[in-house]
Amino acid sequence: MQTNFLRKLIFDEKSRSLLIQTLVIGLFALLIYLIAQQTAYNLEKRGISSGFDFLHVAAGYDISIRLIPFTSEDTHLRAYFVGLLNTLMIAICGCFLATIIGFLVGVIRLSSNWLFRNIAYVYVEFTRNVPVLVQIILYYSILLHLPKIKQAIVLFDSFYLTNRGLFSPQPIFKDGFSIVAWSLVIAIVVSFFVKRFLKSKQEASGKQYPIFLINSAIIIFTPIIFYYIMGMPLEFDSPVLKGFNFKGGMVIRPEFMGMLFGLSIYTAAFISETVRSGIISVSKGQREASQALGLKSNLIMRLIIIPQALRVIIPPLTSQYLNLTKNSSLGIAIGYADLVHGFGGISLNQTGRAIEIMLIVMLTYLTISLTISFFMNIYNKSVQFKGNA
Amino acid sequence: MSSTAIQNISHNKYYNWLIRNLFSSWVNTLLTIIALIFIYQVGSFCLNWAIFAADFRYNFQGELITDRGLCSKNIMPGEYGACWAIIYARWDQFMYGLYPIEEAWRVNLVYALLPLAIIGILFDKIPFRKYFIYFTFVYPFIAYFMLYGGPGLSVVGTNKWGGLLVTLFLGVTGIGLAFPLSILLALGRRSKMPIIKSLCVVFIEFIRGVPLITLLFTANVMLPLFLPDGVNPDNLLRALVAVTLFQSAYMAEAIRGGLQAIPRGQVEAAQSLGLSYWQTTRKIVLPQALKIAIPPIVNTCIGLFKDTSLVLIIGLFDLLGIGRAALADMTWTKLYYEVYVFISLVFFIFCFGMSRYSLYLEKKLKTDNS
Amino acid sequence: MTEQVIQLEKVNKWYDDFHVLKDIDLTVQKGQRIVICGPSGSGKSTMIRCINRLEAHQEGKIVVHGTELTNDLKNIDLIRKNVGMVFQQFNLFPHLSVLDNIALAPIWVKKMPKKEAEEIAMSYLEKVKIPEQAEKFPGQLSGGQQQRVAIARSLAMNPDIMLFDEPTSALDPEMIKEVLDVMIQLAEEGMTMLVVTHEMGFAKTVADQMIFMDEGRIVEQAKPDEFFNNPKSDRTKLFLSQILNH
Repeated sequence: MQTNFLRKLIFDEKSRSLLIQTLVIGLFALLIYLIAQQTAYNLEKRGISSGFDFLHVAAGYDISIRLIPFTSEDTHLRAYFVGLLNTLMIAICGCFLATIIGFLVGVIRLSSNWLFRNIAYVYVEFTRNVPVLVQIILYYSILLHLPKIKQAIVLFDSFYLTNRGLFSPQPIFKDGFSIVAWSLVIAIVVSFFVKRFLKSKQEASGKQYPIFLINSAIIIFTPIIFYYIMGMPLEFDSPVLKGFNFKGGMVIRPEFMGMLFGLSIYTAAFISETVRSGIISVSKGQREASQALGLKSNLIMRLIIIPQALRVIIPPLTSQYLNLTKNSSLGIAIGYADLVHGFGGISLNQTGRAIEIMLIVMLTYLTISLTISFFMNIYNKSVQFKGNA
Repeated sequence: MSSTAIQNISHNKYYNWLIRNLFSSWVNTLLTIIALIFIYQVGSFCLNWAIFAADFRYNFQGELITDRGLCSKNIMPGEYGACWAIIYARWDQFMYGLYPIEEAWRVNLVYALLPLAIIGILFDKIPFRKYFIYFTFVYPFIAYFMLYGGPGLSVVGTNKWGGLLVTLFLGVTGIGLAFPLSILLALGRRSKMPIIKSLCVVFIEFIRGVPLITLLFTANVMLPLFLPDGVNPDNLLRALVAVTLFQSAYMAEAIRGGLQAIPRGQVEAAQSLGLSYWQTTRKIVLPQALKIAIPPIVNTCIGLFKDTSLVLIIGLFDLLGIGRAALADMTWTKLYYEVYVFISLVFFIFCFGMSRYSLYLEKKLKTDNS
Repeated sequence: MTEQVIQLEKVNKWYDDFHVLKDIDLTVQKGQRIVICGPSGSGKSTMIRCINRLEAHQEGKIVVHGTELTNDLKNIDLIRKNVGMVFQQFNLFPHLSVLDNIALAPIWVKKMPKKEAEEIAMSYLEKVKIPEQAEKFPGQLSGGQQQRVAIARSLAMNPDIMLFDEPTSALDPEMIKEVLDVMIQLAEEGMTMLVVTHEMGFAKTVADQMIFMDEGRIVEQAKPDEFFNNPKSDRTKLFLSQILNH
C-alpha cells in the first residue's frame, strides 16, 4: 500500500508537479524566514531602527536642482518627490533629444552617399561600445572646464556658457500670457477639425490638399498673432554680471547638461540602429509594387514604407526609452540630483534605513518600467497585421 | 529621386560603385564634398592631438614627464597635443590596481591564459577542441588561486585588486556564473508549474525593471545585514553577486527567445521516442535554442562588460575608477581627455571585438542552417 | 495595321560587367499575348522589369505607347500609369485592407474621389471572383486569393499593358488554376499581356507568341504550334524536353 502511494507521488505527473512546487515554495519560504530573522538581529545589534516614519523627518540637506521648492527643513518624503521629478525631467528631455538625434542618424545611415553612411556608422559603433557612464563623466568634465564666469562664452547676446552652467534669460509671464497659451491649445484642437474636414473633402473630390502645411501654419501663427494682440505679454529677466556671479535669469546646471548629452547621445546610437533596421525590414517588393502602380516617392514613404516600418521600430524604441530612464540613475556619479542621488543616497546615509529606502527606490523604477511596458504592449497588439500567420 | 533612373554607364564595377555611392546626383556630390572636408578637418585634428603632436613619455624638449607641468601643452602655448605620460605613469594601476608589483606576474599569467580558456567555447572548428573545453572548466580554479593566493602564493586581498583586473574579473566571472543560472531561469519561466513559473517571472521582471545601480547599492549595503555574523563578503564579491543576478535576468530573456523559436515538433518527436523532460531539454532543445540565441546573448554580455563601470559608484576601483582617481591626483589633474579617451579605447576594443564575434556567429548560423 | 504598343530595339543591360540583356529586339502589338520562358538567369524577368523601369537599360531604345523610356521622370510616370505589373511574391500592402490595396493608386495617383475609387475596386474584386474578401487583410487570404487581389490592384489603374513576372511560381499547386483562369479571362477580353512563366499549359491556351530566352538573348520567337512542335534551336529543344516531361 505504502509503496503504491509513493510510486504514484513520484511518477504521476500531476502529483509530482505538486510535490515539486510544494518543495520549492517551502524552501523559498524558509529562506525568506531565515534572512528576515538574521536581518532583524543584525539591525538590532547595530542600533538601526526600522519603519517608514523617517519619511516625515526633516531631510537636513539642500538639493541644488529642483522643479519644486525645497529647503533643508523639508521632509525626506518631499526629497523623494524632488528626486523623482528630477529623474522624470531628465528622462523625458533625454528621450526627446535621443529620438530626434536617433532618427536623424538612422536616416543618414540609409543615405545613398557612402561617406555619410559610414561617418554615421563610426559614430554609432564608437558610442555603443563605450560605457554610458564614461561618456557622461567625459561630457561633465568638459562642461566643468568651460571658462569661468568672468570670461563666459556669450551666445546670441544673452546666453552665457560657463563652468557653472548655462545662464540664460528667464521668461516672465505677464498677465494675458495665459490667453496666448490658450490660443495655442485652441489652435491645436482646431487643426484636428481642419484635418478631418479637409480629409473628407479630399476623399469626396480626389483633389489633394496640403493638410500638413495648413495645420502647421495654424498652430504656429495663431499664438504669434495673439501674442501681438495681447501686447506682447512676455518679458525676459536677463542675467547680468554682478561681481562674481550673475544676478537674475535662470541657470541650467552642468550636471543636468552632462547627463542630458551623455544619455541622449548614447541612446541615440541605439535608436538609430532600430530605425535603420525598421526601414530595411520593409521588403523591397513593397517599394517595387508601389512604383509599378505609379506612386511617387514621397507618397510611397508616407503611405507604404513608414507605416510598416513604425510597427517594427516602436517596441525596441520603447525599450530604449526604458534603458535611458534607468540609466538616469547614474546621475549620482556626477552629482545630478536624481532619485538615487538624493533620496537613495544622502537620505539613506543620514537615516540608515537602507532596506526601506532601497525598496521604495526600486519599486519606483519598477512602476515606471511596468507602466511603459504595459502601454507598449497595448499599442503593439493594436497594430499587428491582421492575419493568421 | 527615383533610383531606377540611375544608369551605370561603364562596365568597370569600381567606377560604377563610385558613381552610385558618391556622385549619383548633384546633391550627392555636394554631400561627398562636405563629408570629405569634414573628415579632413576632424580627422587631422584628432590624429594630431592623439599621435603626431602628442607627448608620450617625453615632452618636446626631451624631458621625462613626471608631472602635468612638464607636458608640452602646458609649457608652450601653441602646443595642444595629448599628454599620454599620465597613462605611462599610472599604467600599473590601470592594469592591476593596487596589486603588489612583485606579484603582478600572477595577474599577467591569468590574462594570458584567458584567451585559451574561452577559445574552446567560441569557435567550434579548431583542432583539439576537447582539450580547450576541459581547460575552460579548470581555468576558474587556476585563476582564482593565482589572483587571490593560497598555499605557496602570498594572499592578495580583493581590496587591492583594481583597474582592468576588476573590470575583467567582474565581466568574465559575472558572465560565467550568470550563464547556468539564466538557463534555469529561462526554462523555469516556460515551465507548466505555476509556482516555478511565477517565481521566475517575478525575478526576471523585477531585475529588468530596476537600474543596476540600485542592485549594487542593495548588495553593498544590505548583504551584510542578511548574513550571519562572521560572514562578511568583501566589496568585490558583493558587486559580483549584484552583477551576476542582473546579467542572469537579461540573459534568461535572450535564451527564452531562442527556446520560443524551437518548433513544438522537436519536443514532440523527442517525447515520442521516450526521452524524459531533462533529456529532451539537455539534448534536443537547449543545443538548438542556445545556437539561435547566441547573438542576443553576446549583446547582453557586451552590456554587462560596459556596466561593470558602475562599480565605481560603490567605491570599487575598476578601470574607470582608477581613471578618476588618477585625475584627482594633483600631479595629473586636468588631463581628463587623455584618461577618458584611453579608457574608452580599452572598452571599445573589448566590446567591438565581442560585437564582431557576434556578427561572425550570425553569419555562420545562416550558412549552417540554409 | 495593329498598333505597336511596346518596342525594344537593341536593348542591352549590364550589372557592372555581367551582360544580362544582349541585343534584345522585341515588338509587341496591341492585344498580343506573349509568353516568355527560359532557364533561370536568362534575363526574362529583367527584360520585362525594364519595360516599367524597375530596372534601367544602358543601351538601346525602349518605347511604350509612343513614349520613350529614358531618365526623364515624367516619361517614367506616364508609362507606369499605363503598364500594370503582377509580381511572383504578390507584394500586397499588409497594413491595408484588400479594398484599400486596390483603391490606393486610383486615389493617390489618379486623384479620384474615394467613393469612386472604392466602387472601381469592388468591380475589379468581383471580376477576380472574390468580392467577399474586401474588408479582409492580405495576411488572412490564401496565396491564390492574394495574387488575384494583386491582379485586381493593377487592373484598377486601367492599364493598356499587363506584365506578369512568374505569377504562379510561389503558389501551391491547387491554387495555380484560379489565378490562371483570371489571366485567361483577361486575355480573352483583349488585354495586351507579357507573361514570364513556366506554365506551358497556359501558354498553349492563351499565347499568340512564344519567346525563349537564354543567357540574355532572345533565342527563339514563334507562334505556339511552331514553337512547341517544331522548335528550331537546340537550346529550345533541350529546355522544352526538360520542362515538359515531369
